[in-house]
Amino acid sequence: MSKNHLELINLRKVFGGVVAVDDLNLSVRRGTITSIIGPNGAGKTTIFNLITGYLKPSGGIIKYDGRAVNGKKPYRVAALGIARTFQNVQIFSDMTVLENVMVGRHLRSHSGLLRSSLLPPFFRKEEKKISCDAEKWLSFVGMAEEAGRSAGSLPLGSQRMLETARALAMEPNLLLFDEPASGLNARETVAMGELISKIKEMGITVVLVEHDMELVMDISDTVSVINFGKHIARGTPAEVQVNPDVITAYLGE
Amino acid sequence: MGRQDYIGLCVFFAVVLTIPFLITNDYYISVLVFAAFNCLACIGLSLLLGYAGQISIGHAAFVGVGAYASGYLTVEMGWSPWMAMGAGVVLVVLIALLIGVPALRLKGHYLAMATFGFGTILYIVAVAAVDFTGGPAGLSDIPAISLFGLVLDTDKRFFYFSWAIVGIGLYFGLNLIHSRVGRGLRAIHGSEDAAESVGVDTPFYKIQIFVLSAVYSSIAGSLYAYYVNYIDPGPFSMMHSVLLLTMVAVGGMHKVWGAVIGAILLSLLPEFLSFLTESFQAVGLEYNEDYNTLIHGSILLLIMLFLPEGLIDGLGRLAGGVGGMINIKRHQDSAGT
Repeated sequence: MSKNHLELINLRKVFGGVVAVDDLNLSVRRGTITSIIGPNGAGKTTIFNLITGYLKPSGGIIKYDGRAVNGKKPYRVAALGIARTFQNVQIFSDMTVLENVMVGRHLRSHSGLLRSSLLPPFFRKEEKKISCDAEKWLSFVGMAEEAGRSAGSLPLGSQRMLETARALAMEPNLLLFDEPASGLNARETVAMGELISKIKEMGITVVLVEHDMELVMDISDTVSVINFGKHIARGTPAEVQVNPDVITAYLGE
Repeated sequence: MGRQDYIGLCVFFAVVLTIPFLITNDYYISVLVFAAFNCLACIGLSLLLGYAGQISIGHAAFVGVGAYASGYLTVEMGWSPWMAMGAGVVLVVLIALLIGVPALRLKGHYLAMATFGFGTILYIVAVAAVDFTGGPAGLSDIPAISLFGLVLDTDKRFFYFSWAIVGIGLYFGLNLIHSRVGRGLRAIHGSEDAAESVGVDTPFYKIQIFVLSAVYSSIAGSLYAYYVNYIDPGPFSMMHSVLLLTMVAVGGMHKVWGAVIGAILLSLLPEFLSFLTESFQAVGLEYNEDYNTLIHGSILLLIMLFLPEGLIDGLGRLAGGVGGMINIKRHQDSAGT
C-alpha cells in the first residue's frame, strides 16, 4: 500500500481559454485531513470535480491507491471508495431523511430490478439491513430523531450533516468535503469540525476545501494552498499561515 | 409509508371483485376494461416519468407494438395468444433498448425526442406495411385469450382478467419503488449528480426503467388485441401517447396510484361527455367529438395551474388545508371561550 492515498500529477483543466487547474501536483497521505485552500476562483471545486469524475482532465494523472483513475464516470469513482459532498448541498429533497442515507448504501447492497419487484420491502432481509445500517449512520451524525422527516424541510445545517451521513453510509476510504461549513453558523461549524475529526479517527482519509480558516487550521494535518490553479504552498497549518507567498495570494502585494 | 400502499392494493382488489356485481350493464364493464389497458400503460409510464424523471412521448407506440405482435402472430402465424404476447414483450424490449441506450446515455431530454420520432414512425409503418398490419383496414379475427382452459370472451371475464393484470403490475411497481432500485431512481430524479456520487449507475437505471415501462405498455397492447379482436393504427397514434401522459399528470406523476386514478378518470371522461352531447343537442346545438380534445387540454391546464402535484396529492393537500383551517377555527373558538 502506497503512503499516498491520493496523488494528482501535473493535473490540468482548461475551460475554453481559461486554465482552471494548471499542472497541479498534490498528494494526500492516508488517514490524514488535508485541506485545500485558496482565494475564490482558485480552482478548488474544479479539482474535486476532476477527482470524482464530474469533469474530465485536460491532462495529467489522478492516482488513487497507486492506480490511475482518470476519466472514470462518477459512479465508477464512487465504487472505488471515494465519497464526496457538494458545495451547494445536494440532497434528495423529496425523500425522507432516512431514505437519503439508504441511498448511500447503494453500493453495499445488491438487489436488482427483478428481485426488488417480486417481494414487498417488509419481507426482504436486505431491505431491513439497508434501513438498519442507514439508521446507524444517521445516529452517528446525531440526526436519528429526524429519520422520518422530509429531507427538503431540514435547515441548511442539518442538510449538510445529512449529506455527510449519506457519504459515510458508503463506508468510503476517502471522503472529499466541498465547503462543509459554508452557510453554517458558528455552533454548527464547530459541530461539523468535530464530526470531520471523528471521521478521520475512523481511518477515513479526508480532503477538505474550505474558506473558514478557523476550521481549517483547527482540524487539518496538512494544508495545501492553491492560486490560479497552481499549488503555491504546502505544510502544517502553522507553517502555511506564515508563508509569504500565501499572504501575498490572499492579501495582494 | 410503504404499508399504506399495500393496504391500498388490498382495497383495489376488493373493489375490482365487487364492481361486476354492482354494474350489470355490459357496456360500462367494457368501458372499464378499456380503462384497465390505459391503467397498465400509465403505471409503466409513471415509473418512468414520476420516479426516474424521464419523458416518453411515444408510449402508445409500444402499446401498438404489443398489439400488432399479438395480432399478426396469432392471425397469420397461428401462434397461441400467450406466446404472441411474450413475443411482443421481447420485441418491445429490443426496441426500447435500441431507443434508450443512445438517448439515455446523454443527460437532458433526448428520450422525449427519440420516443417522439419512434411514435411517428410506428404509426406510419402501421398504416403502410399492409402485408403485416393490414394497413388502415387493420387486422381482424384476432382470437380471444384463454386462462387455464377458460376462454376470456365475455366482458365480465375479461374485466377480471385485465384488472388482475393491472393489480399485478401495481404490485410489481410498488415493490420496486420501495426498494434499492426504486430509491436509486428517485435519487436520479432528485439530483443526478448526488445519485452518481453514491454510486448509482444513472444511464443503466434509466435504461432499465424505460424498458420496464415499455413492457407494461406492450402487455396492455396485447390485452387490447385479445379483447377487441381487431386492431387498426388509430389507437396507437401520437395523440394517444399524449393522452397517456395527460392521465399520469392528472393523477399525479409522483405516485403510482396517481397513474391509476388518472387513467380511470380520463378513460371514463368520454362517457361523462356523452351526457354533454345530449344536453347540447337538447338545446339545438351540435357537439363535435373534437371538443373532447379541448376538454382534455383544459383539464390538463387547470391541473397544472392549481394542482401541479396531481389529483391525489393535490386533493390531499386541499383536504389537509381545509382540515387545518377547521382545526385553527376550533382552536380559536376554544381560546375565545
